[in-house]
This record gives sequence, C-alpha cells and structure tokens, in this order.
Amino acid sequence: MIPNNLKYNESHEWVRQEDDIATIGITDYAQSEIQDIVFVELPDVGTELTHKTEFGVIESVKAAFDLYSPVSGEVIEVNESLLDTPEQVNESPYDDGWFLKIRMTDPSELDTLFDAEQYQAHIEAEDA
Amino acid sequence: MKRTPLYEVHKSLNAKFTEFGGWEMPLQYSSIVKEHLAVRSTAGLFDLSHMGEIDVKGEGANELVQKLCTNDVGRLVDGQVQYTLLCNETGGIVDDILVYRHTENDYTLVVNAANIDKDRRWVEKQNDTGAVIADDSENTTLIALQGPKSIDILKPFVPELDVSEISFFRFVVDEVSGIPTAISRTGYTGEIGFELYVNSDKAEDLWNSLYPAVLEAGGLPVGLGARDTLRLEAGLRLYGMDMDDDTTPFEAGLSRFVKLDNRDFIGKDALLAQKETGNLRKRLVGFQVLDRAVARCGYDVYQNGTVIGKVTSGAPSPSLKCPIGFASISIKTKKTIEIDIRGKLHPAKIVKVPFI
Repeated sequence: MIPNNLKYNESHEWVRQEDDIATIGITDYAQSEIQDIVFVELPDVGTELTHKTEFGVIESVKAAFDLYSPVSGEVIEVNESLLDTPEQVNESPYDDGWFLKIRMTDPSELDTLFDAEQYQAHIEAEDA
Repeated sequence: MKRTPLYEVHKSLNAKFTEFGGWEMPLQYSSIVKEHLAVRSTAGLFDLSHMGEIDVKGEGANELVQKLCTNDVGRLVDGQVQYTLLCNETGGIVDDILVYRHTENDYTLVVNAANIDKDRRWVEKQNDTGAVIADDSENTTLIALQGPKSIDILKPFVPELDVSEISFFRFVVDEVSGIPTAISRTGYTGEIGFELYVNSDKAEDLWNSLYPAVLEAGGLPVGLGARDTLRLEAGLRLYGMDMDDDTTPFEAGLSRFVKLDNRDFIGKDALLAQKETGNLRKRLVGFQVLDRAVARCGYDVYQNGTVIGKVTSGAPSPSLKCPIGFASISIKTKKTIEIDIRGKLHPAKIVKVPFI
C-alpha cells in the first residue's frame, strides 16, 4: 500500500512533512525493485540539498542507484542506524528505513510532487 | 536472446531474468542474498544450460586436447574432470574450461556460454589430428545442485550408486530419477555439490524431480546473481571479467593450472618466457574494501595517488558482510590500495583468496 499522507518524487523517494521539516526515504516499490540493500551513502548533517538533484546512493548486491532529493533544504539529521543495518530500508521503507530530515527552504516544492494516487499511476506506467 | 529448456519453469517460479552471454537467464527468484546463503547453509538448484559442451572424440582426440590445454590432460583417468585453460600462441586465455575424460579418445569440453562459438572455431582450427568435434550444447542441459546438503538430497534419486562416493572432480554416468545423467562432483560455488548433465528433452523432468527435495531440505532455486557472489567468495575467476584473450594464466593468478614440463601445448613458448622473466604486465589480487562502499567492475585502483589498475569483479559478500572483489594491478604489492568509488577514494586491503 502507498501511504496517503506522503508526497512522492518520480524517482521513488517519499517525503513526510511536519511544518518546515521534511523526512525522506524511498518507497516500498523502490526497495522491492532494488532488493538486497547492502549500503546507503548519505550526505552529512549541514549539507544543502537541491530539489530533484542527486544527494546519495543506494547499493544493492547487483548495482548502485542514485537518490534524488524531492525538496531543497539543509540536512538536519541522518539515520545513522542505516550504516550498520541498511537492510532496514528493505524491511521498513516508510518507518525505520528513513534516510534524512531536511529543513526545507521552499515548502512550495512539495506541490510539484505526486500524491499517493498519482504515484500509483506512475509506477503502473513504469511497470507497463 | 536464447532461452534454456527450463525457461518456462523459471517463469512459473517468478524469476527475474537477465541477459548473460546471449541468453535470457534467471537472475534471481527470491533475493540474491537469500539464495546465496541457502547454498552456503543447505542447498541451491541452478539452471546452467547456457554453458557449452563441445565433444572431442575419435582417433587423435587425446593428442588434440593435450595440445589445446595448459593443464596436463594426460594425467586424467576415465571418469575424471580437470579445470584447464585454453591459450592462444601469445599465452592469452581463450577460455577457462572443464575437460571431462570419458575414455582415452573421448572428451567433453565444458565451456563458457559467451565463448561457445569462439571455442568451437578455435578447437576446429587447431584440429590437425583428425579428431571429431561436435558442439552438443543445444542437446545438453546442465543443472547444478550445490550446498552442504546436496549429497543427502541427491542420494534417494540415484538408487544404483552411492553418490557420496563420487570424489571431487570425478563423474559417473548413471540415472537420476530414472533419467540418464552424467553426475559430476564439480561446481562453481565453493561448496560440495554436483553438476548434472542431461539431454535437454529431459531437463524439465530432472528439475521437477529434484526441486521439491531441494525445498524440503531448506534450499532454494538460485539465479545468476547469487552464482556470481558465490563464485567470487570462493575466489573463482569469471572469464570476460577477471581474464580475457589478453591475460595470461600467470597474470590471472592461475599458474597452478599450467603444466610446462615434458609436454607441448599452444602458448607454451610464450608462457615459458613469461615465467622465466617473471615479467607480468598485470596481477590479479583479491581485495576487501574497508568500509561498506561497493567497488565494482571497471573502477580505478590507486596507490600513492597513482592509478595502478582496475577492479575486474566486485560485489558485497553476503557471507562476510563486506565488499570484496578482484583487481588487476600493474605492480606487485601487498600494501593497502584505494578504489575510486564515485569520485571518492576508499581504502581496501589486499587479501588472500578464496575470501571465505
């Protein structure tokens, strides 16, 4: 199921908004496509991220996948537990497997993202 | 893309497919890590039908096979298997293969999928002894059963024979579940196991007999994804990545499969010269990355700020839980190297292979 309370990037990252703070992760669809996640490379706290630009990498057994930031802002927290247990992204993509918290500089960027229904249509189109 | 006789079976098991050597092969059924660990702890069943089988038989077969191989095929007895390299005149590796000796003048060469046509042409070109060469790849299906439980799994299907008595690198032609099969105690995983050669029209029957027993024992069907991580952990090279036509056996770290004494073979002069001068253009080493970033094929290898080579195979090791790989480097060193992973240098140590 695709959570209704999140926004989605076309490159399969999700965003959870609380005021000007955005929490970011990848969707269940993305983790099931990538599978066997063994390493997540994330930026340090304090890094400035830009809307729709690369901010990190996920490594599976087979390949590396780039991550794109759904919003712009400063990284204020990184999920350090992923360093030792990256498999959390496979097991719990919307909760324990979150990546970053960002202080958004332009929350209106959220309006450019998919809602759950649009994201569902997006992955159906990708699978077709 | 070519499909194996087991394609429909894989589809029914919801395999994800990948292209390999011109074949549409199962990449994974469940998860590469799960399949890998199943082979290490219990068992895995593999479709390796893409591998090629070239028969060399008749008067002159023994002489031809000796001439083609860097290893001493003359040491084989009937029912024995040998890992060997085929080299060109300059000592470059044409392919790495298994030689099966049925009788003195009857051999099967088991070759890499991507090299079937190349090898057949090479063997034919070198055939000045009158041996009969036949590519039997289309008719032959190879199913591998690998893992510590593979003897227990296979046993009940071979009532006429105690399969635990087949020694490493020996094979027996018998029936498995009533199907005529060459049962070979070989593999590409570093585990105990068998490679089973059957006529392709019996491939589904053999797979369907063994599959429930594999699951029952806690094993899994295994795709090429885990086949690659299993062989890498076991320190086994992959042709086309860790070696090629421009790599000699010494440069691939395979000198123990080169027998230079009292025999003649293609590439011997070049290999003898390289051995005498010790002048290797490159060396294959095993490495372990010291953090969790994965060094993959093609990444540059550095030492003291200078590029010294490239990664030839690299993957996260499911057993060791760290990234490992092979690199081909231009210098002799045991000191720490650095690998350029997405523009950042990550330290790696050179380690002995096999990795596990």
